Amino acid sequence: MYTTDMYEGMLAETITIQGHNGDSINAYFARPLGPGQFPGVVLVHHMPGWDEWYKEATRKFAHHGYTAICPNLYYRDGHGTPEDVAAMIRGAGGVSDDQVVGDMAAGRDYLRNLPYANGKVGIIGTCSGGRQTFLVACRSTGFDAAVDCWGGRVVMSKDELTSKQPVAPIDYTKDLSCPLLGLFGEDDQSPPPDQVAQHEEELKKHGKNYEFHMYPNAGHGFFYYDRPMYRQEQAVDGWQKVFAFFGKHLGPSA
Amino acid sequence: MCTMIVKKAQISGSGKGTQGWFKLSQVNVSYDHPFHAPLDHALNIDFVNEGEGPGARVAVELDAESARRLVRSIEAALDQGKEYH
Repeated sequence: MYTTDMYEGMLAETITIQGHNGDSINAYFARPLGPGQFPGVVLVHHMPGWDEWYKEATRKFAHHGYTAICPNLYYRDGHGTPEDVAAMIRGAGGVSDDQVVGDMAAGRDYLRNLPYANGKVGIIGTCSGGRQTFLVACRSTGFDAAVDCWGGRVVMSKDELTSKQPVAPIDYTKDLSCPLLGLFGEDDQSPPPDQVAQHEEELKKHGKNYEFHMYPNAGHGFFYYDRPMYRQEQAVDGWQKVFAFFGKHLGPSA
Repeated sequence: MCTMIVKKAQISGSGKGTQGWFKLSQVNVSYDHPFHAPLDHALNIDFVNEGEGPGARVAVELDAESARRLVRSIEAALDQGKEYH
């Protein structure tokens, strides 16, 4: 626990990593300074882009004693403001699930190989990044904990499947390779509560280690303080649950 | 964005973006989370020219009823101006 007489410092910068297929992509990386054996967290940014909120969230994990990395899923598609790039990706139907799995595995390996790593790495994402977090936790091994924040389209109808997203993530549930925390809002339309319940049934069926929390009076994106969907009480509680979950499964932050 | 509802069309015309006028080649119409409008979901219209990069974009985010009024206004103007097409 931090006390006011402790040294506190952080390094945060853009770095280059080798992502899916060995492609060079950029990533935002933050880590605490000082001695440690730090657990790591990979952040899967949401569809609105590799934006300021995600860079703040990356630094938030470093502030709490984690090494943290947020790979830019849109790096390959051109550069501009985060909004303009995200709008282009929106028009293109998103990025492929295969690419996300590869890029996040690269982020995981980067953190795990740091000389000051404790060897444990978690993954977290919101919105489309929540869906992708679950997908990555099913399709790759080596993550020690995963947090899906209101990831929509985990359950997908056949009509929603595309060449980029050919399999509904729920169909990978049997392969989930680490404990899962899910945070959802009762008023959300994506995912609606009935789809969250369907996902939960699948997790139970396969005997997976998970905990889901469904917040009343919250909809989609209730962590986003700059959007009307922000819900202060639920967001504070949600962040506490995230850090408690990662603390339990990734070991104490230094 | 979580709905992934997007419709695209090839278009011809001009748009005025942050760097001035540019030729438009495509419009992307989505019903998904907006960047700026204070709504969970909005009808988002991006007039773009992908050949000129992500910045060649004119963006509009509307609530659903506003979008329907826009559609009716466009149709009405086109109908009225038919003889000039």
